[in-house]
Amino acid sequence: MMRRAIVATLALALVAAACTTSNDSPPASGSSAPVTITLLTHDSFDVTKSVLRGFEDRTGITVNVVAAGDAGQLANRLILASGNPEGDVAFGVDNDQLSELFAKDVFVPYESAGLGDVAPDLLVDDQHRVTPIDHGEVCVNIDMRRYVGGTPLPSSLDDLAAPAFRDQLVVENPATSTPGLAFLLATVAAYGDPGFEDYWRRLRDNGVTVVDGWERAYFGEFSGAGGGEGTHPMVVSYATSPVAEVVFADPPITVPPTAVLTDTCYRQIEFAGVLRGTGHEAAAQQLVDFLLSQPFQEDIPLRMFVYPASTTARLPAVFRHNAATVTDPYEVSPADVAAHRADWVARWSDVMGQ
Amino acid sequence: MSRRARIAILALPVAFLLLFFVFPFVSIVWEGLASDQTAIGRVLGEARVRDVIWFTLWQAAASTALTLAIGLPIAYALSRFAFRGRAAVEALVVVPFVLPTVVVGMAFSGLRGSIVAILAAHVFFNIAVVVRVVGAAWATVDPELEDAADELGASGLRRFTRVLLPLARPAIVTAATLVFLFTFTSFGVVLLLGGAGQTTIEVEIFRRTSQQLDLSAAAVLALIQLLFVSVLLIADAVLASRRPVLPPPAEQGGRAPRTRGERTFGVVAVLGAIALVAVPLWRLVRRSFVGSEGATLANYLHIGEGRRGGLFEIDPGAAIWTSVRSAALAATIALVVGGLVSIGVALGARSRGIWAIVAIPLGVSAVTLGFGYVVAFDADPLDLRGSTWLVPLAQALVALPFVVRIVAPAMAAAHASLGEGAASLGASPWRALRDATLPACAGAIRTAAVFAFVVALGEFGATAFLARAEHPTVPVAIARLLGQPGSASIGQASALAVILLVITAAAALTIGRGRIGSFGQS
Repeated sequence: MMRRAIVATLALALVAAACTTSNDSPPASGSSAPVTITLLTHDSFDVTKSVLRGFEDRTGITVNVVAAGDAGQLANRLILASGNPEGDVAFGVDNDQLSELFAKDVFVPYESAGLGDVAPDLLVDDQHRVTPIDHGEVCVNIDMRRYVGGTPLPSSLDDLAAPAFRDQLVVENPATSTPGLAFLLATVAAYGDPGFEDYWRRLRDNGVTVVDGWERAYFGEFSGAGGGEGTHPMVVSYATSPVAEVVFADPPITVPPTAVLTDTCYRQIEFAGVLRGTGHEAAAQQLVDFLLSQPFQEDIPLRMFVYPASTTARLPAVFRHNAATVTDPYEVSPADVAAHRADWVARWSDVMGQ
Repeated sequence: MSRRARIAILALPVAFLLLFFVFPFVSIVWEGLASDQTAIGRVLGEARVRDVIWFTLWQAAASTALTLAIGLPIAYALSRFAFRGRAAVEALVVVPFVLPTVVVGMAFSGLRGSIVAILAAHVFFNIAVVVRVVGAAWATVDPELEDAADELGASGLRRFTRVLLPLARPAIVTAATLVFLFTFTSFGVVLLLGGAGQTTIEVEIFRRTSQQLDLSAAAVLALIQLLFVSVLLIADAVLASRRPVLPPPAEQGGRAPRTRGERTFGVVAVLGAIALVAVPLWRLVRRSFVGSEGATLANYLHIGEGRRGGLFEIDPGAAIWTSVRSAALAATIALVVGGLVSIGVALGARSRGIWAIVAIPLGVSAVTLGFGYVVAFDADPLDLRGSTWLVPLAQALVALPFVVRIVAPAMAAAHASLGEGAASLGASPWRALRDATLPACAGAIRTAAVFAFVVALGEFGATAFLARAEHPTVPVAIARLLGQPGSASIGQASALAVILLVITAAAALTIGRGRIGSFGQS
């Protein structure tokens, strides 16, 4: 027994020694030497394996993908490790986080050739510290089965506070949930500051339900979710949730049970950037180029359920048929978000008694 | 044995805690406070923070009181009465304790939004602590003591309040301390089930970190939580030093219930225990067999199918393998470190103080510690960021207190009775330890290994933060399935949760009536 304990102790010491060398970065390399770079992202990231292999085979660059937690945790980890990054490229930071990330000087500028194909309204950083890769909208989803016959359909933010739609809406708490914060920002963009407070008072008096996270809102409270158990016919979710309802249905369905109110949306753009302090700047730039290239852009919709930034990427059929087209989403500038987020969330909490 | 030998033995555990707990925690708190010197005043001045602290305290107190009220009768029935199937019921009661909070949240989703959901889930989770800790104390009570009281004319209730309750008081205090510690730092249950105004400090730390990018406030809150946890553990250690030391628990004792009153009580308590554990689990199992067209096996057959081909796909077989491998590594690390601590205790180190120290990581926010790892291990020779070792290391930290709690008392008792005897016969101290003490507590070591394994298996907070995304553990895969819309998602998440439940229950059954009981005595 004792001998085993000693062996185990030694093993642990060896392990400790081994893991200090397990992720050492390759030495500064010429163009032909194999390079491994790390892509830091959030846990909603996904890519078809063969698409990523295509990039690796073509360039000789091996990509190590690390999910650093949810989108907020990713941003924090980038800020904490600014200048001494955990990886070489970050993907998945959004417009609401940019101000803080720029203040901490997390990225080095890089202007990808692929930017020519990107929709102009996604190009928010003229210094090219970050590159837009995709965008998604947070919108109110409705359960179509509940609005049949003569039942009036809601459409605007104002409708959500109207007596006809009393007790129907479920929202996420902006203090705990990313879509919750996005929806709060939509109301700030629509009604201004302090007008949004009054709007939320009206929502409150109209019986809005607040929960902590998207999962609980969508599966627990919303009646339209496949497999869910809720009773409310309206929920704050994503413009692409109806598509996901079709893709992740078992048994398969062709028409989603839900629809999107396209006048209630807030835009979230996701960016990639080369991390300051990377030892592989050229390879990192190639990876950013790849994220904007046709194969990756066309892979985005069915892997992450957001829209590609490139206007030349073709959407899959299930997207073309079922995803809502949001033409004029609400937006708040990154600087305003950084300056007022804590205050807006605190005042929302006061109004809602959360 | 000499002081020097003790120091040598405790060096590795101390180094382990300093390196993988103190260093990352201090790093992240320092980082948070240094960037905003006004943070302490700002956070303490918020009415919201005072509400959060108050809610954290009172829900923990209420959860503890409820768990004791429900757990004590069950502990009594399971420890004092012999009946067929007792081992199975005891194993069943342990299952909730090692379930991932994601799974427990799903089991109680019907009650969500009310304080009842949080309290019920906390009782469900922690009933095992009361049953094991207090039951172990009662199992050591000689039945003849009760018989004597009986002959002196004491009624059943009087026997209980005058004889059994005082004998178990130290164990009850220990159980209450543990339940309070677990519920005070509750995260997953509160996040998944809590409604308006129901926020623990741990959940508030997560909000400030993930949603508001306010690491300074998170650091202050982490310190506040640490302060409360330290006070609790120190108070427990001081109280414990005045407690009598109980003899090591007897082998499965107890007798058949004799009077009709005893029989009724036993049946109600045992059936109550089964219902308490089985009803929420049954809800989950049933959900896993329901599809949009009635009863189906599809949830099991198609787990993760919608994500096939993706880099972050969910392959249930691979997830189970990742979970099992990581938990086995974590259990090995915890067993080596905890085993050395226990040897130190057996050789005369102060056990309660040591337990308080190894237990402190249980009271520290997993989110904070996760960020601590990122900040602390960012330079050679210890740039562990992205290393696959982070998950088992973090899991080992969580499992360590349980290992020490189970092994140390057994080892101290065995060494006192056997090892010192062998030493007095001329055996060298090492030989006495190796040939007498260690074999005598093989059972406790096995129990500790299994317990460490299942605790690591269910760990979610730190794992979700540190796990490599291509290789999710089962709890992480469940959370990933729950993060996507679609009718298949919830059913498949339930199916995966049931698979985890079966693995956990199988492991818990091998503990059987093992000496988790020794938990309370040191």
